Amino acid sequence: MQKSGIIRIKSIFYNKNIAPYIFCLPFVISFFLFFFYPICTSIYMSFMKVITLDNMEFVGLKNYSRLYNEHFLNAIKLSTIYTLSMVILMMVFPVTIAGLLNSKSLRFRNFFRSAIFVPTLTSVIVAGIAFRMIFADIESGFINSIIISLGGKAVPFKQYYWTGILIMVVLAFWRDLGINMVYCLSAMQTIPEELYESARIDGANDISIFRHITIPSIKPILIYILTLTIINGYRMFTEGYVYWNEATPGGNGLTIVRYIYQQAFQKNDMGLGSAIGVVLLFIILTINLIQLKSFGLFRKGDD
Amino acid sequence: MKTRNRIVSGVLLVVFIIIAVIALFPIYYLFMASLQKGETMFSGGMKLFFDPAIMSFKNYAAIVTYRDGLYLSWYKNSLITTVMYTCFGLFFTSLVGYGLGAYDFKLRNVIFVMVLIVMMIPLEVLMLPLYNLIVRLRIIDTYWGVVTPFMVAPVAIFFFRQYVSGISKDFLEAARIDGCTEFGIFFRIMVPIMKPAFGAMTILLSMQQWNSFLWPLIVLRTNRNFTINVGLSSLLNMYSSNYEILFSGAICAIVPILVIFVFNQQFFISGLTAGGIKG
Repeated sequence: MQKSGIIRIKSIFYNKNIAPYIFCLPFVISFFLFFFYPICTSIYMSFMKVITLDNMEFVGLKNYSRLYNEHFLNAIKLSTIYTLSMVILMMVFPVTIAGLLNSKSLRFRNFFRSAIFVPTLTSVIVAGIAFRMIFADIESGFINSIIISLGGKAVPFKQYYWTGILIMVVLAFWRDLGINMVYCLSAMQTIPEELYESARIDGANDISIFRHITIPSIKPILIYILTLTIINGYRMFTEGYVYWNEATPGGNGLTIVRYIYQQAFQKNDMGLGSAIGVVLLFIILTINLIQLKSFGLFRKGDD
Repeated sequence: MKTRNRIVSGVLLVVFIIIAVIALFPIYYLFMASLQKGETMFSGGMKLFFDPAIMSFKNYAAIVTYRDGLYLSWYKNSLITTVMYTCFGLFFTSLVGYGLGAYDFKLRNVIFVMVLIVMMIPLEVLMLPLYNLIVRLRIIDTYWGVVTPFMVAPVAIFFFRQYVSGISKDFLEAARIDGCTEFGIFFRIMVPIMKPAFGAMTILLSMQQWNSFLWPLIVLRTNRNFTINVGLSSLLNMYSSNYEILFSGAICAIVPILVIFVFNQQFFISGLTAGGIKG
């Protein structure tokens, strides 16, 4: 009896049809436990008034109608302005700098590539500590002392709405430029040299080569950077938290995710928090579907 | 023509020197600040160049003594969670990636689509129900609570799958005929072949965990259990003066990574960008 059991287990080890399922098991467990189940409970809880985790009350769409308030609309607005600014910056700078870095007339290319990549290695918190100092509100802050020496007045960056967005964007731009530039650079290095040469023989200059050969050739990676920037924009939390770790009256740093954090963990309103999460899920899904469509995945069926 | 080229490359060089200075400046500034006394930092103004006479490494000594080694336990927590996340992550994701890349089985495409879906949905959407789950599993405020939900990282599965798909598997048949089990094939033959992929994913996963913030912030409740980023952010308080340890602590959080980066630049860059390369 026991022996046949051992043989059965042994035959599983040799079985080519069963083995892949065992290989994939960790993911399947993790998928249902840490992805599928949370998404379901999130949607479920968004229709509930959560008193404790075991004591909930059905309230229908009340949490969603409560979302129609000034703070949430401002959070969506803030996340959207931030995202749009990041998209514009990330569509212009990484590809331009990569293009320049790729030109053979530049010396020390590897050094510059590494130097621009270094900010990617920092965490948002560590980088934020440095930028909090650089953009300190007081007159002796680094940027403020430059403004004053140019004859201006000190700017309380953290207190105004637009300068608040500016310092978050600067922080995120500084951290993300390097990795996006490297994406562009590695895509550019796969473009065959003959393409450039034949264009040069036709008398094209560097700028038109960049516009008509380089950019179209790396279009997939640009779409990838675009999608990633939009999603990272809407899921942004830490860039705001590191500047304003306490809530501010002007709502500076109060992004969509910060609003979830505030309602769910600080005000203990899990129902409302879940409803915001579901809205965020729909925003992210929409962006992903648009991206998949522009990659032509639905037409070709496979990537 | 030649002088024109010279001018162009000269201008280009200057432009890149400026970009590099801007890229490295905040870290330099942080380091300079870490050598100042907290009061001089603000009263004396934050200038580009600090007075060398008042520089000292005292703040780095303060790290050790700060509240009975609180910072050191943050550092330790970050190290342990990073090692846990990376080791378990590599083990599980390489198994799954190999399973998806090497076998032709019925549910393969279904599971692969599931991987892609998880890859698309960021943690922020799920953090609230995940928090409740972690509470129910009684791993709140623990290393396991920080590490477990994201250990089977879809990005790494995707990467391992791509890597395995690109390898010819004809010789595996020979191993099967020699009586090797499917798991023996993976551990004895494939793992050594997948070494470069393991290298890239070690960098990606460990950096992800070392720099993570939002999830540890939610899971960790006790000050002693914080990771570095959560601990440093708890020092960001207008009303207390923790500046000495704040700046030197921030520098200590990045210096190990910078040192490793300087010696393995190419490896590091390809590791961190590996997650983004689309198949």
